[in-house]
Amino acid sequence: MTVAIGASAPTFALPDTEGTMHTPGDATATVVVFTCNHCPYALAWHDRIIALAHDYAARGARVLAINSNDATRYPRDSIEAMRTRVQGGEFDDVPYLRDEFQEVAHAYAAETTPDVFVLDAAGLLRYRGAPDADYEDPSQRAAYLRDALDAILDGRDPELTQTPPVGCSIKWLQ
Amino acid sequence: MHVELLFWDGCPSHPRALADLRAAMADLGLDPSTIAIREIDTHELATREGFVGSPTIRIDGVDVQPTEEEPYGLACRVYHRRDGRVSPTPDPADLRDALRTATAHTTTLQTDPTRRR
Repeated sequence: MTVAIGASAPTFALPDTEGTMHTPGDATATVVVFTCNHCPYALAWHDRIIALAHDYAARGARVLAINSNDATRYPRDSIEAMRTRVQGGEFDDVPYLRDEFQEVAHAYAAETTPDVFVLDAAGLLRYRGAPDADYEDPSQRAAYLRDALDAILDGRDPELTQTPPVGCSIKWLQ
Repeated sequence: MHVELLFWDGCPSHPRALADLRAAMADLGLDPSTIAIREIDTHELATREGFVGSPTIRIDGVDVQPTEEEPYGLACRVYHRRDGRVSPTPDPADLRDALRTATAHTTTLQTDPTRRR
């Protein structure tokens, strides 16, 4: 079931690549990004999302990246491959979380990589969809997410609350 | 010249790739209606076809952006544009270059039969 805009987003606790657990609480806003290691759409948008995390950290917002793909059929999404990317500096300070049993992806009804959910401080879903309008245009700078974060942090409702997620299908366990 | 586009329906990239391929062929005076479009829908078929992701475009059997590192399987394929950006589809300039190369090769074979193997 899809999480409705304005409804409480599912809470979770997931380990990062070093085993430290992370939850979406204790932030002025939280961006939950379902992503992976080998999807060209996720990779094309990756740097924009990491830049956004850096730009909004001072305002108390945080980004959590989650990999839910089936690593058995897609070994490039293994925890080892995730760790290699983190240790290579690709995620800056953004935790890269492993959703091994896909419970969080199912709870959010995530569809693609990337599929992005922006939560406010109360854990209510305020935006869901693509980072911006064009994966091929870095100048877009994840504008949908920035607009949603600006609105949340300014105490306003985001003008745009939902766009179709664009990317590779989540690789579900079989 | 045999131009084929292999795709997996679980990846949304192939309509864009097909449009780019058709445009590139039209630019070079080739007939886009000759493109052979084939769906790859099982891991077994992907392995048999050497399919490393969707879309895959081959011209006379040669991949337009050959790769030796990608495993066979049902996934979206990662391409790199000429400016280094990651993309789900090949750079249109790479498509045109691959088509030109194949056209020149075909022309050479037709005009110089001694080079035919």
